[in-house]
Amino acid sequence: MAVITVERKPLTFLERTYLPQIAGGLATTFKHLIAPKKTLEYPEQRPAIPPGYRGVPTLVRDPNGREKCVSCQLCEFVCPPKAIRITPGEISADQTDRAHVEKAPQAFDIDMLRCIYCGLCQEVCPEEAIFLQNQYSMSGYTRAEMVNHKDKLYELGGTLPDQHYKWDQKKNAQDHGNAH
Amino acid sequence: MFDFFFQLHPVIQGLAKGLAVIMVIFPIAGACSMAERKVAAWIQDRPGPNRAIVPWVAWIPFFGKFLQRLGIFHVMADGGKMLFKEDSLPGHVNKFYFILAPIVAMIPALTTVTAVPFGAYFDSAGKVITLGLAPLDIGMLAVFAVSSLGVYSAILAGWASNSKYPFLGSVRASAQLISYELSMTLAVLPVFLWVNAPGLPGTMSFGRVVEFQSQPGFLGGMWFGFLMPLSAFIFLVALFAETNRQPFDTVESESDLVGSFHTEYGAFKWGLFFVAEYSHMIVGSGVFMLLFGGGWNPLPWVSLAMAVDWLGAILPFAHAPLFVGVLSIAIFLGKTLAMIFFFMWVRWTLPRFRYDQVMKIGWQKMLPLSIANLLFYAIAIAVLQK
Repeated sequence: MAVITVERKPLTFLERTYLPQIAGGLATTFKHLIAPKKTLEYPEQRPAIPPGYRGVPTLVRDPNGREKCVSCQLCEFVCPPKAIRITPGEISADQTDRAHVEKAPQAFDIDMLRCIYCGLCQEVCPEEAIFLQNQYSMSGYTRAEMVNHKDKLYELGGTLPDQHYKWDQKKNAQDHGNAH
Repeated sequence: MFDFFFQLHPVIQGLAKGLAVIMVIFPIAGACSMAERKVAAWIQDRPGPNRAIVPWVAWIPFFGKFLQRLGIFHVMADGGKMLFKEDSLPGHVNKFYFILAPIVAMIPALTTVTAVPFGAYFDSAGKVITLGLAPLDIGMLAVFAVSSLGVYSAILAGWASNSKYPFLGSVRASAQLISYELSMTLAVLPVFLWVNAPGLPGTMSFGRVVEFQSQPGFLGGMWFGFLMPLSAFIFLVALFAETNRQPFDTVESESDLVGSFHTEYGAFKWGLFFVAEYSHMIVGSGVFMLLFGGGWNPLPWVSLAMAVDWLGAILPFAHAPLFVGVLSIAIFLGKTLAMIFFFMWVRWTLPRFRYDQVMKIGWQKMLPLSIANLLFYAIAIAVLQK
């Protein structure tokens, strides 16, 4: 590539007095002085969360209000900072339509002091039961408060649309035979 | 109405007047620190401090919210913080001079106020009486003499701190002050050459300067800022340098000197330096407005007397000395505050000059310019006033 020599012009007399530049600078700052402010005043105004944001991990229910987690513990094993602790349990006897699911978490704790919001739990979950959603602000006065238990996780997670109804399809296939 | 006041002992009168002025200067200095934060924020597209509020003000429906957004109560929060935080005394300092320095900073800052008149009224004979703590005949000299003492506080603080950065800062402060004091004095001389016209008693008082800016006619009503723009400009630049404001705040340059001479100070002692700096700014702005901005005259070619006459057509009490006095003080304060706003505006616009640039501008540019300016006006005045 050819080298282009740019001639550096000596400063003019006016430039050496600084004054035109100072006046220009003052005009610029005055424009900003009266311009509308750009600050987002946080507690009152909240930022728009972009899609794909990785907030606090939560457990979700399917649109029928049933819990999706089957306590396979994949998230517990994949979690790099070991923030997730699951105690597997049985499905209670009164949920007859879900007896074939076999397992559900008895306890599901996520220690938010350990969590690094990496999203591996969401990625690894075969049941699409754990999601990192939009909540970005977690605070508490004690270490115990910073551990999200199962109830809290479901409360934060709510219900997300389900495209598969995996366990309903399995039950259908079992009862009526495979359509194919 | 105020006869009882004039019957008091002169010392008590003086004390009362002095206290009254201090009661005005201190809140203004406090408000300036707040205004500085607000102006900085606005220039940077931020709303600035706007959260603190006193509970019972929050009950006022609309106005309370407005005051909160304006950040008025952060002044109290700042002041309270400065008063109540631990006033630590580092172990390695010279304790006597370390404590003396902020006090020495306050003394010239408040003493200069005595020589600066801040208003005027007309007595029954129509004669102008200036309002001020001490209507000195040597006004300008007194201000120059006392205000340059302010550098001693920087030197004392820097030396007593027993630490490198404060020491370097105080050396810079003294060098900078000496460099710009010269051109400042020389820039003011044409004004006093003009004011001391042949046939008048010689004086250095501000009253005469303002009187000359409130005469009838095109040349008489002209403020000295228009008549001697170069003088005004040199004085302004030197004022920025003397008060250690941006772009000449090499004395305090955080990036190379931490906090300069007040690095080791905290709490109320630091606050005293801060108030002293703002008092210097207020007095400096006031002097600039007296010399080049027409003092208490509302507009160029519109003197206070004319304004009062116009107001007299609407308001029956416009000629009362009390009203004229308050009006003139309000006009003068307004101008001074506008000037302080200009200081802040410049501060958040310009980057800091390097130390060598400060010295170069001071000695190689400002000083020759002010000497040339003085010679030009000396000859011009000699021709005009012959």
